[in-house]
Amino acid sequence: MTTTVLPRVTYLNVKYGVASWLLTKDHKRIGILYLIVVAIAFLLGGIFAAGVRIELTTPQGDFVSADTYNRLFTMHGVAMVFFVLIPAVPAILGNFAMPLMIGAKDVAFPRINLLSWYVFVIGFIFTLAAMVFGGVDTGWTFYTPYSSTASNSNVLLTGIGIFIAGFSSILTGLNFAVTIHRMRAPGLTWFRLPLFVWALYATALVQILATPVIAITLLMLVVERALGFGIFDPRLGGDPVLFQHLFWFYSHPAVYIMILPPMGAISEVIACFSRKNVFGYSFVAFSSLAIAVFGFLVWAHHLFVAGISPYSAMVFSFLSFAVAIPSAVKTFNWTATLYQGAIWWQAPLMWVFGFIGLFLVGGLTGLFLASLGLDVHLHDTYFVVAHFHYIMVGGAIMGFFAGLHYWWPKMTGKMFSNSAANLAALLVFVGFNLTFFPQFILGYLGMPRRYHVYADEFQVLNVLSSAGASILAVGYTLTASYLLFSLVKGEAAGANPWRATGLEWKTESPPIPENFTETPVVNEGPYKYSTREIKVA
Amino acid sequence: MLEGIPLFPEQASNLAPEVDNLYFFVTAVTAFFALLVVVFVIIFAIKYRDRTGERVGSPITGSTALELGWSIIPFLVSMVIFAWATIVFFHLVRAPDQTLEIYSTGKRWMWRFQHIDGQSEINELHVPLGRPVKVVFTSEDVLHSLFIPAFRVKADAIPGRYSSIWFTPTKTGEYHLFCAEYCGTKHSGMIGTVVVMEPNDYQAWLSGGGGLSMSARGEQLFQQHGCVSCHLTDGSGRGPSLAGKFGTQETLVTGATVAVDDTYIRESILTPQVKLVAGYQPLMPTFQGLINEEGLMSLIEYIKSLPSTGQAGAAPSLAPVPASPGGGPR
Repeated sequence: MTTTVLPRVTYLNVKYGVASWLLTKDHKRIGILYLIVVAIAFLLGGIFAAGVRIELTTPQGDFVSADTYNRLFTMHGVAMVFFVLIPAVPAILGNFAMPLMIGAKDVAFPRINLLSWYVFVIGFIFTLAAMVFGGVDTGWTFYTPYSSTASNSNVLLTGIGIFIAGFSSILTGLNFAVTIHRMRAPGLTWFRLPLFVWALYATALVQILATPVIAITLLMLVVERALGFGIFDPRLGGDPVLFQHLFWFYSHPAVYIMILPPMGAISEVIACFSRKNVFGYSFVAFSSLAIAVFGFLVWAHHLFVAGISPYSAMVFSFLSFAVAIPSAVKTFNWTATLYQGAIWWQAPLMWVFGFIGLFLVGGLTGLFLASLGLDVHLHDTYFVVAHFHYIMVGGAIMGFFAGLHYWWPKMTGKMFSNSAANLAALLVFVGFNLTFFPQFILGYLGMPRRYHVYADEFQVLNVLSSAGASILAVGYTLTASYLLFSLVKGEAAGANPWRATGLEWKTESPPIPENFTETPVVNEGPYKYSTREIKVA
Repeated sequence: MLEGIPLFPEQASNLAPEVDNLYFFVTAVTAFFALLVVVFVIIFAIKYRDRTGERVGSPITGSTALELGWSIIPFLVSMVIFAWATIVFFHLVRAPDQTLEIYSTGKRWMWRFQHIDGQSEINELHVPLGRPVKVVFTSEDVLHSLFIPAFRVKADAIPGRYSSIWFTPTKTGEYHLFCAEYCGTKHSGMIGTVVVMEPNDYQAWLSGGGGLSMSARGEQLFQQHGCVSCHLTDGSGRGPSLAGKFGTQETLVTGATVAVDDTYIRESILTPQVKLVAGYQPLMPTFQGLINEEGLMSLIEYIKSLPSTGQAGAAPSLAPVPASPGGGPR
């Protein structure tokens, strides 16, 4: 403690020592624990991505062998999807902020919350072990029969790791759903909830209902591979495509586990820095639920060229267009929120602008892939790679950083350098576009994904992409640097540095262990910046 | 250097312009919406900027009319895309009746193409200009995907069943052929060349190979494996007659009906008990492991070539006189 005033008791200094962290039941500390593990996974996934991008600067396979390359992109996907994107916003920001935002002392089941973290870490250790002892090369999608019969890599260990980590997601979802139902402060009705809480609630439903399916699917894969059951083996009467149905029945909703919570964070930040209500609050809230529900009904759009009936393809194409509408509604509402705002250009808002730009491209290119006649050509090409990176990195990770910057002063009690954060947001935005935009063109040209060696005419675009990735790496490194630096040298944040509404800003930064000295009472909506209210048309 | 970057693949099939026109349309629509939002965000962010952070925004909460507008208009626009894309898709997946059929198998890490006249080739596919071609294929091991970007066609090769793509080449030349579904170590080496030739050159190329035609090869297998002793053409054998069965419906012992197509014939050879034809005993042994994928395709081609014998000998005078098995018109 370098400050001159007497140290106030906060959740950070109430107890010291590793044991006090590893046995904590405080949701805020558990959020920080998740942040540490996710940061390790993000670094690891980033290193794998760097290997991929270095290899692809030349058409020949001259940096790593084909088998190594296949392991690199697989482990990049596994680390990023299961250990970064899925936990990032709910388990870090949700854990930290949600109980504060609803005026609660903690989540409904603090011990289960800690258990979730341990389960997550054990799953991560299994997956890490698989990576250390030779890696895995199936692609993060584990398609059979390659994964069940042909691959000579650590499919079992990785599968078990993800299987275990899935339970962490289920437990967090359960905990959040119960917390949001039961622990809201007096007067905090559903329609006074911040939109981040709505988004976490919708996400919790998806986590609870979809994650068991991936657990079952991976278990089937494990028995198939270890015991030769034949569920996915046509020689034994099985069906390899069945795996894809089961896998995507989880993994498409999982995309919404990744993107809904960042969308919620975006709503918080944009309201705060425009000093306004989120335009169309109830439409934004219900669009989260609509996305969660429709998200369960679109899985087969990953199978348009996998031999499904053209009529069922038609149905899934239609539903995929339908699920795009609530996302579009959210985007229009965020834009309209800026109208007649008093827009305070602070770093979290710059990350939101980055999010809007990238998520727009990601969402709109989804329409290309939902279009049956285009998907035949685009499926399994770099167009798909570009599309989902725009959603998952451009959308989910940008949204995560917007939220992290927004709540960082609350989490740590320290301010980061605003100008460094603006620069980082710009670098990430530019680097991201340079990395992934050329991949749309590569995809339409016909470059398939997961190619170690490629045709010469694809080189220029690949070099641009790799150059962009290096800018992206600088952007993320800068972000990590000034955030860590702020812990040491950052100015004290004060309770409410952004002058935001919301209960989390009504307590000290960092908060006291029990969050509030007395339970807050709520008698107004979440974004009460002005005392007047106008409803247009 | 930037001028050297191609933006679109070559259009070398009848399907390519259809797909590209849709692509341009969707690009235009999505670019419009993206620009619309970006322009508004930039204008608002600048126009309503507050450097002090002290002021509050206008207390607007929402507008039901706007919400409905920006839900319904994008929905209608997306339905136009949906309808157009579905029409293109059905054209992509529904081959015309008269096609030149070529069989193919994918296995790690190569594509083998088998022409009906007997020519076979590896990682090269010769096709004639201006004629609809249908490639029927499967995989011998894991999933693969046959992808010809210049034709805008792709389908997964799945072990245990047949997939197909079709196209009419519209431009002579050589084009990429890729495996698009990840299949292990040399996935990116499972590539080849499609050679589109003038019809005369194609005929010359075909006749250069020699070897048995696929149906003749199928007939050989049909004899060798003793199929012929049960599947008598007059229907009096222990197995159903196969003459003229291709493309018809068959009733199973379960009462269900099944279309007699490539996949059903394949299944019946490998797992004959699963979809047993009504009125027959489960006597047929499996030929799994005895006949390879090319052999299966040859047998299918042979069975396809068997002309109908009318009502299985009941009224031979009514049926057109069949040509000799194996040599008949398809």
